[in-house]
Amino acid sequence: MIAALALENITCTFVSPDNARQRYTAVRDASLSVAPGEFVSVVGPTGCGKTTLLNVAAGLLAPSSGSVRVHGEPLEGINARAGYLFQSEALMPWRSALGNVVAGLEFRGVAPHEAADRANDWLRRVGLAGFGDRYPHQLSGGMRKRVSLAQTLILDPKILLMDEPFAALDVQTRQLMENELLELWSADRKSVVFITHDLEEAISLSDRVVVLSAGPETHPIGEYLIDLPRPRDVSEIRLSPRFIEIHTEIWHAMKDEVLKGYAQQRQ
Amino acid sequence: MLRVWQALLLVALLAIWHVGTSPTLLPPLYFDNPDKAAFFFGEPLTVLSRIWNWFYGGEIYRHLWVTLVETILAFAVGTLSGLVVGIWLARAPMASAILDPYIKGLNAMPRLILAPIFFVWFGLGVASKVAIGVTLVFFIVFFNVYQGVREVSPVVLANTRMLGASPRQLLRHVYLPSAMSWVFASLHNSVGLAFVGAVVGEYLGSSEGVGYLILQAEGVFDINTVFAGIVVLTVFALVLDSMVSFAEKRLMVWQPRSGETERT
Repeated sequence: MIAALALENITCTFVSPDNARQRYTAVRDASLSVAPGEFVSVVGPTGCGKTTLLNVAAGLLAPSSGSVRVHGEPLEGINARAGYLFQSEALMPWRSALGNVVAGLEFRGVAPHEAADRANDWLRRVGLAGFGDRYPHQLSGGMRKRVSLAQTLILDPKILLMDEPFAALDVQTRQLMENELLELWSADRKSVVFITHDLEEAISLSDRVVVLSAGPETHPIGEYLIDLPRPRDVSEIRLSPRFIEIHTEIWHAMKDEVLKGYAQQRQ
Repeated sequence: MLRVWQALLLVALLAIWHVGTSPTLLPPLYFDNPDKAAFFFGEPLTVLSRIWNWFYGGEIYRHLWVTLVETILAFAVGTLSGLVVGIWLARAPMASAILDPYIKGLNAMPRLILAPIFFVWFGLGVASKVAIGVTLVFFIVFFNVYQGVREVSPVVLANTRMLGASPRQLLRHVYLPSAMSWVFASLHNSVGLAFVGAVVGEYLGSSEGVGYLILQAEGVFDINTVFAGIVVLTVFALVLDSMVSFAEKRLMVWQPRSGETERT
């Protein structure tokens, strides 16, 4: 089976614009492949280059070496088959919620009337019916994330790239959003790459968890299949014995890397 | 209540002005001749009657119209060119690096001094005043747009690219709105400066406009008419400013404003 998304031996070296001798290799020889319909989480200590890896998959960042294949074809420029959910605020603040959701369709030249209908439908699906005319600053953090989700999903991407999308939310909102994400995902099973530093979140959402080493020169150091039954409720599944078993196993492998990353940040 | 205090302050200032300059109300404190205070500072009642005569007689409208046209043209041309050049340079790092010292130099220069050159190039009519106003407005808008485009949130930019925006759509839907918020922040300034350019231009050489009225009155030491001209210009500037505020409110609804809670 051809992978929906395959990163092969990706290395990313950043060079300081002021001093060409100052180099920083964020990612070295990282490979990752995601099967169609698979939900993969990537966990790693903070500052380990998770976002770099995701930006490469999105086509926002060209790797120094290595290749990206999307459904078997080499990626050039922006990954048009992928939707990207960013960690920080990504909505256009000068557009209303509806204006933001409709944006992608507008760029593709969909007729305004039809685009607005579909956008309203998506706002309803993420639980924001009636909030279409609000501007981002008039919405709460959780609502803004829902708008972002609708904005991305309305384009029906085959691959969904998510960069700690719920990191800024409070715990309750976060679990609600995680359940909603699973529900939306199970409807048409997109391939998902979900970046997080929260191991519990990773296990409760995914089919597979990939653990990265501490940066610099990050690369995957372990893969774990998550054989928990679906559909899942993220707050309940955390209490099941199998969850705790998996958690212990992965945490054991991760601990050294986390401590390494922590020590680096303290320097 | 605030309005009442503001009105009272105005009345008090006018009263002090009146009492201080009227030849009979106070014994001369500083000047040897009791008429001298009025000669230097004018008299509020005469100033008011001058303004009344201007508007009642209809003489002022032609001059106000000329000043208004000059201000609006200078503002429009200056803002538009500042916007275009600002967006272009912000997205062309090479050109911006080359032009950097020239832009800094032009900005640092006291540009009103270009007036004689503009008079030679464009004559004493409307065009030379517009040119002066444009040189003032352009740099304000230019710097703001330049800054605005360079400070577009990289995440918003990346997100919009991921949504499939072409470079032109990025310009239209991300760079431009982002720059516009900076333009509006500088709008009060730039309208004011367009007005300064028009009036100072008229004052330096013209045959029409409120600045011209002031210049003429100054020539015959008619200080009351000079003050009347200043008052008319001030009111005019306030009207322009409130128009900008109105436009800003309508166009910038998306910006968070502090103090949106209600107090009872």
